[in-house]
Amino acid sequence: MSKNTRTILICSGKGGVGKTTLTANLGIALANSGASTAVLDADFGLRNLDLLLGLENRIIYTAQDVLDKNCRLEQALVRHKKEPNLALLPAGDPRMLDWMKPEDMKKISELLSEKFDFVLVDCPAGVEDGFKNALAACKEAIVVTNPELSAVRDADRVIGILNTSDIEPIQLVINRVRPNMMASQEMLSIEDVQGILSLPLLGIVLEDEQVIISTNRGEPLTLTDTLSPAKKCYLNVSERLTGKDVQIIDPKNEGKSLKDKFMRLMQTKIF
Amino acid sequence: MTLRDLINKLLGRETASANTARERLQLVLAHDRVDMSSLTTDLLDKMRKEILDVVAKYVEIDFEEVAVSLETEDRMTALVANLPIKRTLSGDIKFKKNDKNDKNVKGEKDTRK
Repeated sequence: MSKNTRTILICSGKGGVGKTTLTANLGIALANSGASTAVLDADFGLRNLDLLLGLENRIIYTAQDVLDKNCRLEQALVRHKKEPNLALLPAGDPRMLDWMKPEDMKKISELLSEKFDFVLVDCPAGVEDGFKNALAACKEAIVVTNPELSAVRDADRVIGILNTSDIEPIQLVINRVRPNMMASQEMLSIEDVQGILSLPLLGIVLEDEQVIISTNRGEPLTLTDTLSPAKKCYLNVSERLTGKDVQIIDPKNEGKSLKDKFMRLMQTKIF
Repeated sequence: MTLRDLINKLLGRETASANTARERLQLVLAHDRVDMSSLTTDLLDKMRKEILDVVAKYVEIDFEEVAVSLETEDRMTALVANLPIKRTLSGDIKFKKNDKNDKNVKGEKDTRK
């Protein structure tokens, strides 16, 4: 393998915390920055990455077909219309549930590594076979969580498993952050979550209605011109992932109204 | 304590829910992180053997009476080893055979690195 490809597992344990949305937005952002990027949907039982990227009608083959030699890799890769640097590869068909093995996923990721700088693997929820398959394909990991009990607990389970594999580095993204609720201490703070999971923080993503709108349209935020809080965060995560020395977005500085400032005053530590 | 906590306390109100969340999370994780299923009987046997090997370098143990087990209490798991010592290896008989000298090795076990 000539290329030094980064194959990154995007996982969370709990479902619905924003793995797929992060994968889609990071994929676009990385591709846009000039790195050739592949996003691999390892969640083939319930795949959704195609929907978020607006590519659902263009899937013909899957990674299974490549391994079965029904088609070449190039034929299975779905290039994004607006961002040709990005390609989607669905791992498999929902109808073939118990087909993949960790070695198969490894083979796929090796094939992709020959062509791409970044391979982002969208991991299924849970810690069972689907997760272990996806894990086998990756060298590093991003754990996505929300500042809430169940998501952090499940992330902790996942981190426990990652720690026993040779995945390195393992970084944390805290998604769906609500600065106002954090300010009024009705939400676990960034420091709480990071302290409990003790992983290096890659970034945070603010809660943002635009995410829902962009999903409806099948256009990841990082592809659109809208200036939205979540987009800013995705770009920040992407830059930090490529090693740029930029600060993590601080939710304490988001929200400029008088009420927000008062809330901040209220959480000043007095003793 | 933050300014908000102080005001809440003065007014006799509940503390902010993030504190409750943090405390509940820390408790449940302390429990989760000791995953008993990951320490299989095989591994426990192997650990038992290695502990005995080390102790046997210094004292003669009554192997018939050895008991090594994991005990969980109040969300903390401890490794408890009961190793009756027959004699020290210098040769002097210091204890009678049935006079057990309990040796408890206690410590928190964390399956994470």
